[in-house]
Amino acid sequence: MSLHVDIRKALGSFTLDVNFDAGNGITSLLGASGCGKSMTLKCIAGIEKPDEGRIELDGRALFDSAQGINLPPQKRRVGYLFQNYALFPNMTVRQNILCGLCREPDRAEKERRLRDILRMMQLEGLEERKPAQLSGGQQQRVALARILVNDPQILLLDEPFSALDAHLRDSLKVEMRDLLENYGHEVLMVTHDRNEAYNMSREIAVMDKGRLLTVKPTKALFADPGSIPAAVLTGCKNIAAAKKIDEHHVDVPEWGVCLETKAPVREGLCAVGIRAHYFNPSAIQNRYPVHLVEEMEEPFETILHFRFASQRDDSPAVWWRLNKEKRPQTFPEELGVAAANILLLYE
Amino acid sequence: MSFDWYPLWNSLRIAAISCVLVFFTGIFFAYYAAKLPRTVKGVLDVILTLPMVLPPTVCGYFLLLVFGVKRPLGIFLLKFGVKFVMTWYGGVLAAAVVAFPLMYRTARGAFESFDKTLAYSGQTLGLSNTYIFWRIRMPACRQGILAGTVLAFARALGEYGATSMLIGYTPGKTATISTTVYQLWRTNDEKGAMFWVLINLAISTVVLLSVNMLEARQKKAVRA
Repeated sequence: MSLHVDIRKALGSFTLDVNFDAGNGITSLLGASGCGKSMTLKCIAGIEKPDEGRIELDGRALFDSAQGINLPPQKRRVGYLFQNYALFPNMTVRQNILCGLCREPDRAEKERRLRDILRMMQLEGLEERKPAQLSGGQQQRVALARILVNDPQILLLDEPFSALDAHLRDSLKVEMRDLLENYGHEVLMVTHDRNEAYNMSREIAVMDKGRLLTVKPTKALFADPGSIPAAVLTGCKNIAAAKKIDEHHVDVPEWGVCLETKAPVREGLCAVGIRAHYFNPSAIQNRYPVHLVEEMEEPFETILHFRFASQRDDSPAVWWRLNKEKRPQTFPEELGVAAANILLLYE
Repeated sequence: MSFDWYPLWNSLRIAAISCVLVFFTGIFFAYYAAKLPRTVKGVLDVILTLPMVLPPTVCGYFLLLVFGVKRPLGIFLLKFGVKFVMTWYGGVLAAAVVAFPLMYRTARGAFESFDKTLAYSGQTLGLSNTYIFWRIRMPACRQGILAGTVLAFARALGEYGATSMLIGYTPGKTATISTTVYQLWRTNDEKGAMFWVLINLAISTVVLLSVNMLEARQKKAVRA
């Protein structure tokens, strides 16, 4: 099972230009709103047409501008879960799911598969309801049921949890991940939420302004985002321009500090990132004098905004985030970061 | 002499037939206009909406220019025995032209507010575009299309200007309620005119009431 995408399409202010392969399991496309990630899904599904390139699913060309191939969505066998679930409002749950069985000619078989999916998705008893009479979670299950009975060769999920309340979201994430792991086909999910991407996917592709920056296994990406947009999208709060000094040292003029790094510094370095969790008053490496600017409390954590003593005035305050219980009585005079926790960001 | 009910019958058939014609052509143009490039759409939109803002007599004038028996198209159609001037089905043409923009514009508004993801998800599930159009798009746009149809019917029923230009007033042949009202009033038959005015009022009231009832029933069905 594999998906190969290599397409270009001019969009208003930038050009969508993506090239990636995705294997089995869940892959996330992570990017800010309007970066072209939904457009990429639409191109794969055949709802939008790329200007040029090729899309291949399990060796089958869905789109190829050179060969003049552009299969209609009906023939692509691609399951697409829309952000708003796109349930047909005039039809009952039963009729909606039967739409997913439109390729099955045998009536008895249709009925059998309908029963099966209703049981599997815990929708029994809701058959005669209209979508407007269902909760958000139920709507999502109906939409998934309708897609799964259709037996697509790949599943595309467009911000699948954004329409749900926060408390529902977490439990549904677990449910959906378990379901999709048993599903056995490639899943491509679009999201702007780093937690969602981290929870759900094996691999993450980072997108910025129409371009694909990196494709990495989830944990590797969070450990080493590699570029400024990827660092921002994975939640890195402290990013500053930096210059290479030698193999293991970088100069950060904005903060007025020189940082030691564990990973060797390559040419083309443009910035460093330090996650807000990584500062530590007892760290020995990269230790510099600091002073507190302000504090913002959250239910279980606290965020301390501080400045390095040598920091330039136009540079924004640096974030240190820690568990409330670990908050020292008096703000430390010096803070350090382990060399392994300095993220090196390249062009 | 028995009372002449012909104008009622003639008006109803003209309104009904032109309403059916306008229903399909209005939806057809509304659906395809939404897909056209912006500039073409703008031009087409102006042309298709003109009959709504032009005085109906001007529409009638244009119809005479095209279908008049001394005009090329009129002469051509006459060879097949089709004559739109001074015939009852000419009234259908006049009413359809004037009522068309009402159907076209309301249907277009409904189509434009249609949630496209519904059509897209239907396509990815393998449903045919025809199925999606009739079973998903049309039901979702039902309110707008129903409103357009009723407006078009009401407009067709009340058509006077273009009708009198194209088919005139011949009792028992081309007379409609509206032309009859004018004719009777002109000949000082105020009682007769008032009778037909009341008939017209009754029909319009029944039409509008039934629409309201339909809408109420729909809302109830959705809530249940």
